[in-house]
Amino acid sequence: MSSKSLTDISLDGLWKNNPALVQLLGLCPLLAVTGSVVNALGLGLATMIVLIGSNISVSLIRNHVSDAVRLPAFVMIIASFVTVTELVMQAFTYELYQILGIFIPLIVTNCAILGRADAFASKNAILPSAVDGFMMAMGFGLVLVLLGAIREVLGQGVIFSDMHLLFGDAAKGWKIDLFSEYPDFLFAILPPGAFVVMGLIIAMKNIIDQRIKQRQQRQQQPISSGSKRVRVTGKIS
Amino acid sequence: MGLLTLSSPHTHNQNSTQHMMQMVILATLPGFVVSTWLFGFGTLINITLAIVVALGCEAAILVVRKRPVGFFLNDYSIVLTAVLLGLALPPLAPWWITVIATFFAVVFGKHLYGGLGNNPFNPAMLGYALVLVSFPVEMTTNWASSIIATDVTASFSDTLSIIFAGASSDAWTGATALDSYKHLITNATAAEIAQQPEFSGFLNAGWAWVNLAYLVGGLWLVWRRIISWHIPLSMLVALSLCSLIIGWDADMYTPLSLHLLSGATMLGAFFIATDPVSASTTTRGKLIYGAGIGVFVYVIRTWGAYPDAVAFAVLLMNLAVPFIDAYTQPRTYGHNKAKRGLYQKQPK
Repeated sequence: MSSKSLTDISLDGLWKNNPALVQLLGLCPLLAVTGSVVNALGLGLATMIVLIGSNISVSLIRNHVSDAVRLPAFVMIIASFVTVTELVMQAFTYELYQILGIFIPLIVTNCAILGRADAFASKNAILPSAVDGFMMAMGFGLVLVLLGAIREVLGQGVIFSDMHLLFGDAAKGWKIDLFSEYPDFLFAILPPGAFVVMGLIIAMKNIIDQRIKQRQQRQQQPISSGSKRVRVTGKIS
Repeated sequence: MGLLTLSSPHTHNQNSTQHMMQMVILATLPGFVVSTWLFGFGTLINITLAIVVALGCEAAILVVRKRPVGFFLNDYSIVLTAVLLGLALPPLAPWWITVIATFFAVVFGKHLYGGLGNNPFNPAMLGYALVLVSFPVEMTTNWASSIIATDVTASFSDTLSIIFAGASSDAWTGATALDSYKHLITNATAAEIAQQPEFSGFLNAGWAWVNLAYLVGGLWLVWRRIISWHIPLSMLVALSLCSLIIGWDADMYTPLSLHLLSGATMLGAFFIATDPVSASTTTRGKLIYGAGIGVFVYVIRTWGAYPDAVAFAVLLMNLAVPFIDAYTQPRTYGHNKAKRGLYQKQPK
């Protein structure tokens, strides 16, 4: 397990074992709050803080907690980090905190976090665990933001609206109106739209994987020994 | 030996997919003619636009899926989907509503599931439900009022400019009979509502005529054995029973006559619920499926927020079809008991 290089860990989190696209974990917040980029980014960052923190802590105590009580211990650690994150968001991004609402406390129940704690951090040293937490959260967050962007464009015809909730007043002008007089496409804003867009993103990833595999197979085809000649003279029957 | 050895069956039903689809399209003609006469040219333009978009989307996605384009375009199934959508959409809805609904019906409703024969939902109703959920304002305010209520309908060029150029349609639109009855009955009696312009004239100012025309087309389909009688009958009976038991008081609930002869009841019963791909296939299953649609139509119309319910009712029962089919398998010859549900899968 510990022989895995940091590059492999990063690749796992971002692509090969992406929590949102491959493991399909944490779907509840993924589908519920990705109506806009700012919501998605807010939740992605919150999840990242919790995931890195819990992975490091779990890795620290991995040799001191017996297997029988490891899950309650992990959950306690995760819950503490979620509470910290919640209080930080309440202090600095109060409006966003109100928009995300119940889904911040619900990060505790995000299987991606407990999954990484049990499957990776409890068996690895601190540095790989931290990198794993960061990369898994990156993979999760990128999908969140992509989903949020697609749904915001489809649903409201704008992108990067309300970014000042996260980045302060300087970000007020970031909003881009892509269409004039765009009628709100409610389907993309409502949860069913999230399911459909999510399905399309997963399909896209599978197509890309398939292409990569095909290309590798083509490159690996053995070159037959000897030479082949084409007959160009004489009578060809 | 110049003779071919053919295996059984030796008697053939003449119905090909193409033939069946053509028959169903033909059977919508009475309803289409009556609604064009009463409500103007909107339906004609909607259907034309839907067919063009549907054929384009179908051809494009067949190319992407590397399937023979000509073969599948020729089976008329996508034309039928487009026709049903065009009939179901509000006559004066802007063009992009028809385009979005048709695109979603063809690409998401049909081909992402694997094309004709593999779609669990009725594609036309999926497209309709999408635009109804997404654009509630456009979908409820663009119903044309009938010639009986207003004496004249929008001319062809007026209709074109309303649909494509976004001209105001206020002069030509009115609430549907179902919708306005539901809202008026909260503070009026049935006798008072009958005085309203949209209920003037014989049989609710036109809506009933359209439904009766669909009924004629549907009965012709039953007579030609393109569809069986089970689904339409059980749906209408269930709807009637609900209405008689719960909504018998016309001063409080929409009366039975309006349930049966307005909205999309007859179109739904004979043309939409009977889609051979997404409907139940066993005889008993068809009765359950139809009755379920009838009950859902009543429930959603009476207590739901949307004006009509046929699309949602059909989609909900589509979802239940695999379950219904598994539990209504008939007894096969040579077995004492039918193998239903879980027993189906077991070897013994």
